[in-house]
Amino acid sequence: MENLVYIALFAPLVSSLFAGLFAMSPRQTFVGVISSLLLFVSFVSSVVLGYHIATTGASVHVTMMDWISVADLHIPFGFMADQVSVTMMVVVTLVSTVVHIYSIGYMDHDKSFNRFFSYLSAFVFSMLVLVMSDNFAGLFIGWEGVGVCSWLLIGFWYHKPDVSREENPSISPSWAANEAFIMNRIADLGMLVGIFIIFWNTGSLQYDVVFSQIPNLAPAVLTAAAAALFIGAMGKSAQFPLHTWLTDAMEGPTPVSALIHAATMVTAGVFLVIRANPIFSVTPDVSYFIAALGTFVAFFAASMALVNRDLKRIIAFSTLSQLGYMFAAAGLGAYWIALFHLAAHAFFKALLFLGAGNVMHAMHGELDIFKMGGLKKKMRWTYAYMGLASLALAGIPPLAGFFSKDAIIETAFNEGTLILWAMLVITAGMTAFYSFRQVFLTFLGDERYKEFGIHPHEMYGFVLIAMSPLAILAVIAGFFRDWFNAFIINLLPNYEMSEHTHHLALILGVLVLVVAVSGIILAYMKYAKGLKRSEKTENGLLYKLLANQYYIPKIYEALITKPYAEISQLMWKKVDMRIVDATVDGIAKVIYKSGDGSRKMQTGNLSNYLSWMAGGALVLLFITVASYVIG
Amino acid sequence: MIGLNHYLIVAGLLFAIGLIGVIRRRNLLMLFFATEIMLNAANVAFAAISHYYNDLSGQMFAFFIVAIAASEVAIGLGLLILVYKKQGTLDLDDLATMKG
Repeated sequence: MENLVYIALFAPLVSSLFAGLFAMSPRQTFVGVISSLLLFVSFVSSVVLGYHIATTGASVHVTMMDWISVADLHIPFGFMADQVSVTMMVVVTLVSTVVHIYSIGYMDHDKSFNRFFSYLSAFVFSMLVLVMSDNFAGLFIGWEGVGVCSWLLIGFWYHKPDVSREENPSISPSWAANEAFIMNRIADLGMLVGIFIIFWNTGSLQYDVVFSQIPNLAPAVLTAAAAALFIGAMGKSAQFPLHTWLTDAMEGPTPVSALIHAATMVTAGVFLVIRANPIFSVTPDVSYFIAALGTFVAFFAASMALVNRDLKRIIAFSTLSQLGYMFAAAGLGAYWIALFHLAAHAFFKALLFLGAGNVMHAMHGELDIFKMGGLKKKMRWTYAYMGLASLALAGIPPLAGFFSKDAIIETAFNEGTLILWAMLVITAGMTAFYSFRQVFLTFLGDERYKEFGIHPHEMYGFVLIAMSPLAILAVIAGFFRDWFNAFIINLLPNYEMSEHTHHLALILGVLVLVVAVSGIILAYMKYAKGLKRSEKTENGLLYKLLANQYYIPKIYEALITKPYAEISQLMWKKVDMRIVDATVDGIAKVIYKSGDGSRKMQTGNLSNYLSWMAGGALVLLFITVASYVIG
Repeated sequence: MIGLNHYLIVAGLLFAIGLIGVIRRRNLLMLFFATEIMLNAANVAFAAISHYYNDLSGQMFAFFIVAIAASEVAIGLGLLILVYKKQGTLDLDDLATMKG
């Protein structure tokens, strides 16, 4: 079993290095094929490990080697596959295998095809390090690794120039990549502080040691550690107020959006909360804050998705919203439900994104859903996939989203946090509305793309087949809820609904379902027949507020970016040029001047030199005598 | 009675004369003479101090200096003749070609 851990972990690294060998050479299909195969190997290993853990109930723990061993600090490169990490491994490797195969088709015209696979596999490796590490230090390495890979992949088309947008001052892939990286860096500081607090108070970073020491720690310490760790999670999972990078990250290639910015990396924050659940479960204040923030983000992001016109950004907002759901569940103590929603969400959201990639490919890079419509005839399979994924996202039974999201909403009710519950129910309706607004505007109604001279075509067959596992899982994943519960409670605390909630479960479920279905019906009535734009609504205050993302990017621009740029200018012109540079230049000038002055000594006349020599000898003599007299 | 100090004063005076010669004279040949005077000033001091301490190594050193001075003059004068043949002068002001 130990070998399987290594195979699962290192196959993506091998794939990355292999593809990296060809990074500079022109497109080679076999690079993509071999990368996909290696990822598939990793996936199979993960599944076998999962089966092993499910049947024996024992986790697999390996220590590869010592990494840091100084004084009291011992950090090994240790990896473990337990119920939580194996769930993540299976999800990550499955989605990434599909995305790798998908990318062979999607990136086929890109000259940096090989480089893309290198980055993509490197990402998977980092993500696996993140989820499999048995200590906080290893988790942090993976955490930073996925950040770097995310930066590389968002900025994959770094040569694209800045484009002005209505809602954003200026945006280009490299701009978006930097934004994502910098925002994550801000949050990572919080994460590091959390790790330091933990080490300071427990003397170890191994999960099992840390968690076993929790009863000995003061509540204030635990609260500080939990809050600091959650700040890290907020950055990686793009929670308010660090959320703006996620939608801008859509500048990257679509497979990247599907893998990193929907299914895996952004869920790392949720994973952290689940992994560190012994800390969070004894810090009710922090947990309640997580739940409240998660609910707020779910609502907030869904509201922005209602009016957005960009196909990928709508899905990105919906990712934000679903991450909010996961945090709500985790904050309320239903860790296993959060993990379940994480897995289910990964399947249908990746499917949705890959579908959007098909549409984008067909529309020659056009993403404005107001310019689409009627694509159903040309792209029947993509329509089916995206429709299916949207149904799952909207929480229509018996698809995956219904089981997981319904459980979260039920949890909010069970905890008696009725405000959170109400917001989550409303969000469920909004989710259904915007998902189907997007589907109907893209695939039904009048064919608006014709006037732009676009000739859409369906994606390659093998790509559509590669997407099918996700589609199947988006349909059936929900049926495994009870099985998953039995599997995961070996490690995570179980969460049971109270008797009272249990009685009301049916009514609550039906209520959520009615809200969701009415969202879909509303979207159908408004958009299925074709696009009817009304000037009045679009100029309305609320619409403008939502379309401009509550003006948050503009506020950040005005309050943070611009002042920071001005301070930087000031520091550059005043401090750097006038003080730092001036000092350095001054030293150089003194040396130049003294050299220039002393050059005159060199007259070429031996007599002068001898005079200097005699003078020097006298000075030395004087110093000797003086020091003798003094000392 | 002539003591050590008198010898040392003579040596000092000789050295000063030699040094002034080195600094002031412009003729290379005169520079050689001046350095010889300085070397001999050192010799006088060596011999006097050697006698004062009853230690022969100072006088031995003086002999060394005499020998080295002789060989140095032999080579130096040869070079001087070459310079004179090449430049037609031994005046240092006229020989200043390596200006910085």
